[in-house]
Amino acid sequence: MKSSQLGIAYGMGRSYGDVCLNPDGVLWNATGLDRFISFDEVTGLLACEAGVLLGDIQRLAIPRGWILPVTPGTQIVTVGGAIANDVHGKSHHVLGSFGNHVKKITLARTDGTLIECGPAMLPDWFSATVGGLGLTGVITEAEIQLRRVAGPWLDTETVPYANLDEFFALSEASESAWEHTVSWIDCISGGGGRGLFMRGNPADVGPRTVPQGHNLIVPFVPPISLVNRLSLRLFNMAYFNFKKWQSGRAIVHYEPFFYPLDNILEWNRIYGPKGFFQYQSVVPRALGRDAVQAMLGEIARSGDGSFLAVLKTFGNRQPVGMLSFPQPGVTLALDFPNQGGRTLKLFERLDAIVREAGGRIYPAKDARMPRELFEAGYPLLNEFLKYRDPGISSALSRRLMGY
Amino acid sequence: MPDYQKRIVILGATSAIAEHCARLWVKDGAVDLTLVSRDLGRTERVAADLRVRSPQSVVLVLEANFVDPPAISQLVDEIVAVGAVDTVLIAHGSLPDQAVCQQDLTACHDALTVNGISPVLFAEAFAGPMQKANHGTLAIIGSVAGDRGRKSNYVYGAAKGLVARYAQGLQHRLAGTGVKVVLIKPGPTNTPMTAHLKQQGARLANVEDVARLIVKGINQGKPVVYAPGKWALIMMVIRHLPRVVFNRMDI
Ligand SMILES: Cc1cc2nc3c(=O)[nH]c(=O)nc-3n(C[C@H](O)[C@H](O)[C@H](O)COP(=O)(O)OP(=O)(O)OC[C@H]3O[C@@H](n4cnc5c(N)ncnc54)[C@H](O)[C@@H]3O)c2cc1C
Ligand SMILES: NC(=O)c1ccc[n+]([C@@H]2O[C@H](COP(=O)([O-])OP(=O)(O)OC[C@H]3O[C@@H](n4cnc5c(N)ncnc54)[C@H](OP(=O)(O)O)[C@@H]3O)[C@@H](O)[C@H]2O)c1
Repeated sequence: MKSSQLGIAYGMGRSYGDVCLNPDGVLWNATGLDRFISFDEVTGLLACEAGVLLGDIQRLAIPRGWILPVTPGTQIVTVGGAIANDVHGKSHHVLGSFGNHVKKITLARTDGTLIECGPAMLPDWFSATVGGLGLTGVITEAEIQLRRVAGPWLDTETVPYANLDEFFALSEASESAWEHTVSWIDCISGGGGRGLFMRGNPADVGPRTVPQGHNLIVPFVPPISLVNRLSLRLFNMAYFNFKKWQSGRAIVHYEPFFYPLDNILEWNRIYGPKGFFQYQSVVPRALGRDAVQAMLGEIARSGDGSFLAVLKTFGNRQPVGMLSFPQPGVTLALDFPNQGGRTLKLFERLDAIVREAGGRIYPAKDARMPRELFEAGYPLLNEFLKYRDPGISSALSRRLMGY
Repeated sequence: MPDYQKRIVILGATSAIAEHCARLWVKDGAVDLTLVSRDLGRTERVAADLRVRSPQSVVLVLEANFVDPPAISQLVDEIVAVGAVDTVLIAHGSLPDQAVCQQDLTACHDALTVNGISPVLFAEAFAGPMQKANHGTLAIIGSVAGDRGRKSNYVYGAAKGLVARYAQGLQHRLAGTGVKVVLIKPGPTNTPMTAHLKQQGARLANVEDVARLIVKGINQGKPVVYAPGKWALIMMVIRHLPRVVFNRMDI
């Protein structure tokens, strides 16, 4: 980390935007910090270095009766990356975000000092570093409180819904009794709004045969995007009908339930050489229904439908981090093939809806939000800036914070 | 009485390649591991990780002098006094700057010592007791760089070549006994040793894959293990290139 150039820590690079990029500076690869330090099988407290992958923790802990309480939709991310973006998962309404389960962080600053912080020790540093986008220092170690679990299985249910009102009713009805909820929403057909609601609870079903994880690799970048209006419509229709047909209850292994894309290595290649954009927002509950409806309307009008659109309610709790993304409300995550100006135009219209509703955009998945929208969405930004490490800068920090 | 635990000794246990081999060994079941390196603190971190991965395994950490023959001899005596060993992995090494070695004989001497003489002394110290026990596998990490001298790293290559010729002789000596000698020749692999090469854009093998091939080769008791396997073919071609052609290559 000793260098005259400004740098930024880099985990598995699973963020979609420019949080972990630094075109004019250096990247400190944290994946070499991949050692476990201790694991107390009685209390479930795990200490490890920051480059350990969430998937490695799951594979270590689940057979011993413990599980990560919060994981994003991929387990191929590092502990440091999960903290720096304060990632959320399907359990947010019950268990909050990743930072809620971190008990201690060791932070290396570029001036050579080490800071140890946690909810009970230097809580201001902790709050700046959780969701701190890697800008407060390099996380070298962390302690995480795992959660008891009977085994790798989940009792799941898939329920189709016809419109947003049904989605909110299902969410409301599921939040107390189901630990995991998420939904897939069709943004294209009939103005959008129909979807599939998936919910799950850990299940104690004894030993069963674990499904073979066959890896499907998208072997090359096709010359053009395979995601166009036609294929999208077909995909959405097929997915919806296939899943609807499968709807109902099932005992499912945690990997396909939590990390459906991890078995399709390099799946992002289907978007072709121009790649794709993500757009994830959260808007407060009160205006949530109307804001989501308005966004779906804009998307349907543009015809640039989203291949993977995910809709989920967040629980009613304030996040740990000053810049943490999750806030009480409803979050919509969209994927768009990059169509240049047309896509950016659509984003501006979505921005207007988010701004109006008092929402915010997820920096981990952003490469283009206007600075003013970032400032409006993250009111603790000025407080956060006091904790930045002057030796650290990223493409995102220069774009949204000026340096 | 507890089940028999395989006894494995690793020299240079902080090496990324060796550490990944150790992770594979503890994954396969409880083992009795002795980790030896020049720095106790860093080796303890490796040991802590392995203990978390395999609470049933026994992981012992030792600090050692890697260049002093009497110290090496004493250390190995102490290790074998406890009981017979099943596997020894001699992994330490360091990639020197060839240009510096050409200018500075001390750097050249140190590179030859740590990559050539030191591993051979460890192997020789273990060979006697293992031969007496008529049991075990002695694995030494050489390198593809030892297969033919090249201008870009012949000091390192010469030391690794020494290890190769030594292993060949030891295999001859121990043929027909219960002891197997495995010479491992990794190709360029993504570890701290090659971090600077990676920055220059070199294509490096994944350390997990290399470790998997090494552990497999050791289990099978293969005399020579190239990892990744394609290097066997590449190096066969390199070794057989006529000198007139070879000398014109910028490698
Ligand atoms: C298929 C898929 C599904 C996803 N689903 C979700 C989801 O459901 N919920 C969600 O919240 N996110 C989701 N994400 C996003 C992903 O979880 C986050 O971007 C995560 O932070 C990536 O971690 P990483 O290790 O790849 O970090 P990187 O992407 O490499 O870096 C992310 C940030 O962390 C910082 N960082 C990394 N390591 C350190 C360190 N050691 N110290 C300090 N800072 C560090 C970087 O500087 C950067 O700011 C998904 C991503 C994919 C590809
Ligand atoms: N990586 C490759 O591309 C590659 C290719 C061919 C062969 N190899 C060989 O593979 C083996 C393992 O290397 P690696 O890639 O895993 O590299 P590494 O992670 O850098 O490990 C090197 C190991 O050697 C030890 N070491 C270095 N200098 C030493 C000295 N003077 N005295 C005692 N110990 C010393 C280091 O100890 P400290 O931790 O105390 O420094 C460390 O344990 C080496 O023999 C190397 O030559 C590697």
